[in-house]
Amino acid sequence: MGAEFVQLSLIPVLIGILSAVACALPGNFLILRRQALIGDAISHVVLPGIVIAFLLTGVTSVAPMLLGAAGAALVAVGLIEVVKRLGGIEPGAAMGAIFTTMFAAGVLLLDRTDTSTVHLDVEHALMGNLESLVWLQAEGWHSLLDLAILATLPDELVRIATVCAIVVALTLVFWRWLKISTFDEGFAQALGIPAAGLGLGLVVTAAIAAVAAFDAVGSIIVIAMFICPPAAARLMTNRLEHQVAWSVAFATSSATLGYIFAGYGPLWFGSPAAVSASGMIASISGIILGLACLYGPQRSRVK
Amino acid sequence: MSPTIKPAIVSDLGHAVGPARAPRDAALAIHGLTVSYSEKPAVFSVDAAFSTGEISAIVGPNGAGKSTLLKAALGVIPRLSGEVYVFGDTLRNARARIGYVPQSASVDWDFPTTVLDVVQMGLYRKLGLLGRLSGQGRAQALECLDRVGLADFANRQIGQISGGQRQRVFLARALAQDADLLLLDEPFAGVDAATERAIIGVLKLLRKDGKTVVAVHHDLATIRDYFDRILLVNVRRIAEGPVATTFTTENLQATFGGRLATTHLSELAIMDDGH
Ligand SMILES: Nc1ncnc2c1ncn2[C@@H]1O[C@H](COP(=O)(O)OP(=O)(O)O)[C@@H](O)[C@H]1O
Ligand SMILES: [Mg+2]
Repeated sequence: MGAEFVQLSLIPVLIGILSAVACALPGNFLILRRQALIGDAISHVVLPGIVIAFLLTGVTSVAPMLLGAAGAALVAVGLIEVVKRLGGIEPGAAMGAIFTTMFAAGVLLLDRTDTSTVHLDVEHALMGNLESLVWLQAEGWHSLLDLAILATLPDELVRIATVCAIVVALTLVFWRWLKISTFDEGFAQALGIPAAGLGLGLVVTAAIAAVAAFDAVGSIIVIAMFICPPAAARLMTNRLEHQVAWSVAFATSSATLGYIFAGYGPLWFGSPAAVSASGMIASISGIILGLACLYGPQRSRVK
Repeated sequence: MSPTIKPAIVSDLGHAVGPARAPRDAALAIHGLTVSYSEKPAVFSVDAAFSTGEISAIVGPNGAGKSTLLKAALGVIPRLSGEVYVFGDTLRNARARIGYVPQSASVDWDFPTTVLDVVQMGLYRKLGLLGRLSGQGRAQALECLDRVGLADFANRQIGQISGGQRQRVFLARALAQDADLLLLDEPFAGVDAATERAIIGVLKLLRKDGKTVVAVHHDLATIRDYFDRILLVNVRRIAEGPVATTFTTENLQATFGGRLATTHLSELAIMDDGH
């Protein structure tokens, strides 16, 4: 694998891996908190926030979009509380009502505004544009050492790498707090840990990861990566530390294998057309989860 | 009401810290505590003082607000009004001196963690966010596990032990907190006789070391054996004092109303020959 791989495949593979890891890390805690679908919900809820950020700034750059998304996530959490309290209905129903309403508002906004100049449409939202993220300036592996050529790396890569680094750092710094408040919230609060704020921080972090990944690879991967690698990892071990390590390994291999199969798989079966990398990555993560359900050492723990 | 009326206790900073009935040596003093989840308060204007070096029981029917009282005293849920003092200090300053065993139903038993790991959570406050768990800390956690007789189960997943053992793991975690005041929410709920003996043994050893224990308790038959003091609550405070004088038929009747047969109550309350 030489210059062509670096030019055409390296960047999408890296973006796929970084997106998968950024989503899988918070996904571990969301799953343990029985909030797995919040990842899915987030990618819906943040849409109006992203569109509004775009309307205000006129550009699709990372900072305003992330702020818009995080703002939308916070608004959603607040609205859910309000509906729960005032309406006296159960949390699930309140979430459903708010999520669908906000997604609908996002679609309406998108429809009513002129976003034709930018890559903000439904197909892109679902599948991203992983295959188009090429690095034509690169001449081979040695380009990775050449600062001038490194500067031409696609923005999408820089963006998702930054977000992934933030997610990793937050996970490491708040590890103990996240672990104890997910296991035993009352005890965590008795220790003085701000469990409610931490839960909100987790959702906002997940929202940021979702938005960054959503931009590069589409919502299909986001949903799959929040759920499949952590769920499969839970079946491998009874220790949170190991579970998170497994989830990162599963996310990484889903992204790598998925991209390779999407690009080369159809050729092996004599078909010239490549399939969607995002779809394939999501499928591989699903297959890994299936295998973990069949063969994972801790699969039978649920009595 | 205490027999002597003292002026309001004045803290080192010079401002009043509570009404006269708070003895300064109380490990946990609660004044006019009111907590509410909805319009109807779950705990209403409760006063209580738990003396240092004693084992106290909180007794009342289901839904009387016993767990709520403990949680509000710990700052786990916000209080509508009232004050809480721990060793004469504010909760914020004294938090490190409190150990807590929540009601066991509140925990995710399927969580990927081991028994030893759970006990080590008792060290988290001392370690802070990023402090490294030393070999010494690990040894300390193992020793706490040994004190409740579970050293052999250190590497089990937390859900793969019996209900009684889970309760002991929580006690070991509270021991690891190395606290001066232990608040336990139904430590004997759903445990077998051997576990109950093990737990009360540990609590009595703690008392010997001058620690204070406050436990929500259900079994009226063991009150006299286990506890020095008792607080009877049913949303409001019904009675509080030494078991010998407070654990009476009259007070139990006022606490439980018609929920316990009168004959049963008098049997329990008068019975003081032990067993
Ligand atoms: N999280 C909560 N939200 C709303 N109501 C609650 C909550 N926890 C307890 N309650 C209510 O408050 C009252 C006291 O509950 P609790 O303190 O758990 O009683 P106890 O521990 O004495 O059985 C009950 O009526 C209960 O239904
Ligand atoms: Mg209770």
